[in-house]
Amino acid sequence: MDFVKPTIEYSQLWPMLVVYGVACAGVVIEAFVPRALRFGVQTVLAALGLVVALGGTIWVGSNLDELGGGVARGAIDVEGTIVVDGPTVFLWGIILVFAIGGVLLFAERRLEGGVSAFAGQAAALPGTEAERLASTRGLEHTEVYPLMMFAVGGMMLFPAANDLLTLFVALEVLSLPLYLLCGLARRRRLLSQEAALKYFLLGAFSSAFFAYGVALVYGFAGSMGFAEINEAVRNDTDNGVLLLIGLGMVSVGLLFKVGAAPFHSWTPDVYQGAPTPVTAFMAAGTKIAAFGAMLRLYYVAFGSDRWSWQPMLWVIAILTMVVGAVLAVVQTDMKRLLAYSSVAHTGFLLTGVLGVQQASELSDGQVTSLQAVLFYLATYGFAIIGAFAVVTLVRDSGGEATTFARWQGLGRRSPLVAGLFAFFLLSMAGIPLTAGFVGKWAVFTVALSAGAWPVVIAAIVCSIIAVFFYVRVIVLMFFVDGDAADGELAVVTRPSLLTSGTILVGVAATLVLGIVPGPVLDLAANAGQFVR
Amino acid sequence: MNITAYVVLSGILFTIGCVGVLTRRNAIVVFMCIELMLNATNLALVAFAKQHGNLDGQIAAFFVMVVAAAEVVVGLAIIMTIFRTRRSASVDDASLLKY
Repeated sequence: MDFVKPTIEYSQLWPMLVVYGVACAGVVIEAFVPRALRFGVQTVLAALGLVVALGGTIWVGSNLDELGGGVARGAIDVEGTIVVDGPTVFLWGIILVFAIGGVLLFAERRLEGGVSAFAGQAAALPGTEAERLASTRGLEHTEVYPLMMFAVGGMMLFPAANDLLTLFVALEVLSLPLYLLCGLARRRRLLSQEAALKYFLLGAFSSAFFAYGVALVYGFAGSMGFAEINEAVRNDTDNGVLLLIGLGMVSVGLLFKVGAAPFHSWTPDVYQGAPTPVTAFMAAGTKIAAFGAMLRLYYVAFGSDRWSWQPMLWVIAILTMVVGAVLAVVQTDMKRLLAYSSVAHTGFLLTGVLGVQQASELSDGQVTSLQAVLFYLATYGFAIIGAFAVVTLVRDSGGEATTFARWQGLGRRSPLVAGLFAFFLLSMAGIPLTAGFVGKWAVFTVALSAGAWPVVIAAIVCSIIAVFFYVRVIVLMFFVDGDAADGELAVVTRPSLLTSGTILVGVAATLVLGIVPGPVLDLAANAGQFVR
Repeated sequence: MNITAYVVLSGILFTIGCVGVLTRRNAIVVFMCIELMLNATNLALVAFAKQHGNLDGQIAAFFVMVVAAAEVVVGLAIIMTIFRTRRSASVDDASLLKY
C-alpha cells in the first residue's frame, strides 16, 4: 500500500497552529526562563498568541471561498480531516475572544495580594510546612498558561474536525489540560483536587463511551469521514443497529462535555471546586467548542438520519432544562447556582439544535438553527465569563466568598459590582434589552418552526423558573440587610485592570447584543452552512 | 473473514470495564477499568478495519493508544495528589462537593 504525503493548507489553519505553537513555546519557557521572569513572559506570550490567532481568524474568515452559490463558504482541508468554513471561523472567533478574557482573569494578581489564583506549588500537601514555604516565597504555577493554550487549541480543533478520529483527538486535547487546571486552586485545595478527580474520572469514562461509539460508527460506515458516513447513512446499508448504538455512544461523549442531563452531575462540583478563573474560561469555551462539534456531527455526518437522533435530543433537551432550572432553585452557593444555570442553558441550546437547518425551508429574515445556536453561544459566553469574573471579586478573609449568606446586602456595600452582576443574571434569565433575550428568542423560534413545540413550551416554563432564582439572588444583594451575626459578610476587593476590563467588555457586549443584535446575527448568518 | 467473534469479545470487554467503573471504589482500579474500555475500542476498531479492508481503523487504534497514554499521565498525577492529601484513593472519600 502506498502512502501519499498529505497536503496541509497552512494558509487556513495557521490561527490554530499559532495557538499550539505558543502552547509548546510555553512549555519550553517553563524549562529555561528564570522563575522571576516567567509570569510576565508567559502572560504576554499567551495573550499575544491569542490576539494574533484572533486577527488571523478574522483574516481567514474574510477570505473564504464561496461554495454552492453562496450557501456555504469555506473548504475542506488536510485530506478531509479539518473543515475551515463559516461556522468554524465564527466559533474560532468567539472561542479566542473568551480565551483572551480567560488569560486576563488568570493573570489577575491583585486580588490574592500579589499572587495568582493558582496553587503556589501543587505538589506541596495542603496544610504542611512545604505549602506555607511555597506561599511565603510567593511561588506561582505559570504552567497554567501553556495548559490553557493547549485547551484552547483543542477547542478550536473540536468544531473544525471533519472525521471521527480528529474529533476524538480534539476532545482529549481540550479535556486533559482542563482536568489539571481544575485541581490547581490556591485556596480550598481539597475541594479543588476533588473537583479535578471527579472531572477526570467522569470525563475519561465518557470519552471511553465516545471512542467505542466511534468504533461502531466506523464499523457501520467503513470510514471515519463525516461525508462518507453521511453517504453510508443515506444508502442505508445493513447493520442499522451498529449505527444506532454508535450514534448513541458518541452522543454520550458530546452531551457529557456540554453538561446535558443525565450527564450533568460533574458540572456543579467542578464549577464550584475549580479556581474561578478556570471555571469562567471553561464554562464559556467548552460549551462553545462542544456545541460546534455536536452541530457538525449531527447535521453533516448524521444529517440523513435525523429521525434517529431528534427524538433523543427532544427528551434530553427537556430533561436538561428541567433538571438545571429546578435544582438551581435550591442552591445556596453562587458558583453552584451558576453551574446549574449553565445546565439549564445547555437545554436551551439543545432546543436550538432541534430547529430547522435549511435556509430554503424558511421565509426571509428567519434564522436557521445553526445561526441561532451560534448567536446564543456568543451571548451566553459574555454573560457567564463576566458573572464568574464578578464572583472572583467578592471575598472575605478566607478568599472568595461564594455562599449566599455572605452575599447579603452586597448591593448596598458595592452597588456598582452588584449591579453588574445583576445585569449578567438578567441577561442569563433572558430579560429584554439584554443579549440573553435575543439568544433565547432565536433558539425558541427555530425550534418552533421545526415543530418542536413541546420542547419550546418546556423551555418557556423553565425560563420562568430560572427568572425566579436569578431574581432571588438580586433580592439577596439589594433588598436584604446584611446581618453580621450570621458570620462575616463579603466585601468587594478592588481588582486590577485585567479583571475589571474583562467584566466591562462582558457588560458592554451583553448590552450591545441585546439592543442591536443585528450585526452579530448577520455575522452568524454570513457564516452560512457547514461545508460538507 | 467473519469478525463477529472479535466484535462480541470487544463488547464483553467494554461491558466488564463499564461495570468495573461503576462498582469499584479505588480510583486506580476505576481508572484501569476505563483503560479496559479503551482497549475494547481498539479491538473493535482493528476487527472492523479487517472487515472493511482499509487501514483507517488500525490507524485509529494507534491514536486511541496514544490518547490512553496521555490520559494515564494526567490521571495518575491527579489520583496521586488526592492520595497524598487524603491518604486514601477511594472515590467514596472524596465527597466534600455535593448537592
